[in-house]
Amino acid sequence: MSASSAEHAHPQASTYFKVAVILTVITAIEVLIYYVPAMRGVLVPLLLIFSAVKFAIVVGYYMHLKFDAAIYSRLFLGPLTLAAAIVIVLMLLFGHFIDHGGVQSPT
Amino acid sequence: MSSHAAVQAPETSLGEPHFKVGFWTFLGSECFFFGTLIGTYLSYRGRDAAAPFPHHGPPDGAGILNIPVTSVSTFVLLTSSLAMVLALAACQRGDRRKTGLWIGITALFGLIFLGFQAYEFTEFYHNGLTLESNLFGSSFFVLTGFHGAHVSIGVLWLLSLFVINLREGIPAERALSVEVAGLYWHFVDIVWIIIFTVVYLIPD
Repeated sequence: MSASSAEHAHPQASTYFKVAVILTVITAIEVLIYYVPAMRGVLVPLLLIFSAVKFAIVVGYYMHLKFDAAIYSRLFLGPLTLAAAIVIVLMLLFGHFIDHGGVQSPT
Repeated sequence: MSSHAAVQAPETSLGEPHFKVGFWTFLGSECFFFGTLIGTYLSYRGRDAAAPFPHHGPPDGAGILNIPVTSVSTFVLLTSSLAMVLALAACQRGDRRKTGLWIGITALFGLIFLGFQAYEFTEFYHNGLTLESNLFGSSFFVLTGFHGAHVSIGVLWLLSLFVINLREGIPAERALSVEVAGLYWHFVDIVWIIIFTVVYLIPD
């Protein structure tokens, strides 16, 4: 390991186990609310939030972005942001987020 | 160049190892790769004229996705990430036995995940969902197929590290080789976190 890498202390094993428990609990909640009809109205935003939280936890703790040098965060989060923008633009181009008044847009 | 020399790459002017900087750059490019596939899936979402539908098609079509089975495979992949990070911690401590143990467990969990995916693909094929059956079939198999290919590459990488550790050991000074393999593995995990939500849990 390089000297610079050694400067960024990684978490203890106990932290990794706690992270694993949190990820499991969030996943269980995601699956649970999928089957609850009363949650249909808020299902999509809730699932997106849970997914983003899990994503951030894995990247921050397991991939050590929270503890490593800032250059790694820039190298990853820059392209990630652009990729997310591409997804949104693609969906806009294909007519998502637009009310068609019950008429299905052509594929 | 020997494998040892490759791992002991000189630091960049940023003060960080070449290997790690380069690999994070690669992971950035992978964001575009999977972003495009996920964007394509979402763009075609809900536009299928013919069954089988992913969730519940119009008017009373049955959904083909098996959420309980995929939830278990998701749990397996998430747990493999825990094993991977414990392998890195063991390697950084110089604990050769536990390094091998956790790398082996990570690879095993990866293989179990691939087994679940093979089962799912086979079930879908027998239920009439193929690459050519409808838009869902095309975008689903391409997206999850490429993810499965990444998991397969990760398993091969881990098995290589397992054998290297078994034969000569991976000393703490070379823990970067395990760390970078771990970065790849966790990336595969976060891509699945998104796929599980977008494809399996969000209804049409």
